[in-house]
Amino acid sequence: MTNHELAQPELAGVQIEEDSGDLSRSEVILKGALAAGAVYGAMSVAPFVSRALAMSGGGDVGILNFALTLEYLESTFYKEAKRRAGASGELKSLIDLVARDEDEHVGALTETIKKLGGKPVAEPKFDFPYNNTKEFLQLAQTFEDTGVSAYNGAAPQIKSKEVLAAAGSIVQVEARHAAAIRLQNKEEPSPQAFDPSLDEAKVLKAVEPFIQ
Amino acid sequence: MAVKEETNALSRVAKDPVSRRKFIALGGGSAAAAFLVACGSDDSSTTTSSTAAAMGGDAVIEEKFGKGDVGILNYALTLEYLETAFYADVVKSGLFKGSDLATIRKFGGEEAEHVTALTAFVKKLGGKPAPKPQTEFPLKNSKSVLELAGTVENLGAAAYLAQAPRIKSPEVLAAALSIHSVEGRHSAALNTLLGESITPDGAFAVPAGAAEVLKSVEPFIVS
Repeated sequence: MTNHELAQPELAGVQIEEDSGDLSRSEVILKGALAAGAVYGAMSVAPFVSRALAMSGGGDVGILNFALTLEYLESTFYKEAKRRAGASGELKSLIDLVARDEDEHVGALTETIKKLGGKPVAEPKFDFPYNNTKEFLQLAQTFEDTGVSAYNGAAPQIKSKEVLAAAGSIVQVEARHAAAIRLQNKEEPSPQAFDPSLDEAKVLKAVEPFIQ
Repeated sequence: MAVKEETNALSRVAKDPVSRRKFIALGGGSAAAAFLVACGSDDSSTTTSSTAAAMGGDAVIEEKFGKGDVGILNYALTLEYLETAFYADVVKSGLFKGSDLATIRKFGGEEAEHVTALTAFVKKLGGKPAPKPQTEFPLKNSKSVLELAGTVENLGAAAYLAQAPRIKSPEVLAAALSIHSVEGRHSAALNTLLGESITPDGAFAVPAGAAEVLKSVEPFIVS
């Protein structure tokens, strides 16, 4: 048990369950969060669930699981967009390409977490509120820019050189997606000379509204 | 769509030795496999040395730019000087107007900011910033210039990617990463203008070691 979990009194009650079934560690944490939500009120559930998901495992595995959650979000978002975004032509090709890349990121992160002896987080359920191509593109830009900042913020905390190299290889691809989506929105592909980095809490705040 | 992309990728591989090397390194396109090879070995010393070998350039950077983070920063600074000079020359060439010119100015301005930041970092670490190289670029027509811009940016992004795991200081690493993704953005924007794939390596960007990068930019450095 990590210090982080000890610091969360809500979790104390669910630790018993950890070895009692085939629930993944993150599911156990998730269940604890839901139980906590019943105690503290529904409003507190979403932030805590996300944080619990993100922190599960700690260290490189924790960071990889945080990244996996974001990649699940992006992968689902673009997969859905194939039928929902009303895209055609160049944008349709772009959506197909990005969907494939995000899907590969999910696969690679999942395998890497397993190789490091960790447990990949379960795929969350998402809800993406957009009604047309324009709204889809705005959301896509937010996700891609946030993704870049999330990796850039987390990467300096990665211990393993190999994991860092892999995260770098993914974040460059996210940056490329971000630029391409921005061009679709007629916005600057690189708005500033230095991409900002975001810490985990800020990233989770940004994506929370889309996690059910 | 997939067939067309493969054709493009293969023709690129055929004419570009850098791409060919990358293609081979990826085992013919299985990027996910390469990713796992990079992460998954149980023998950490083997992994580290083979990763370093794949990235290359450790010795080259030490020899030409010095040891440790200062060496890496001065190597990056040299590349940023090159990019800045390239965009400045392109603006002066009069080959571009309108929104293309605006993009080139914007990218050039960002490269200049990278020069300033890297110079400050080298000084902060007690090092001596690398001198600005004298450069010369073939600026024949707008198409070839855009192609060269695409090559330089994609190479720059690959160069940062290779160095990131070698950086010791978390602050230097954070700075390098914030520049790295901007180079990635530039690359994708130029690839879009050129009608090429925004992610020529697929879902996982491929690093380029210093030896390879320096060899590629050598033709543009006069002194």
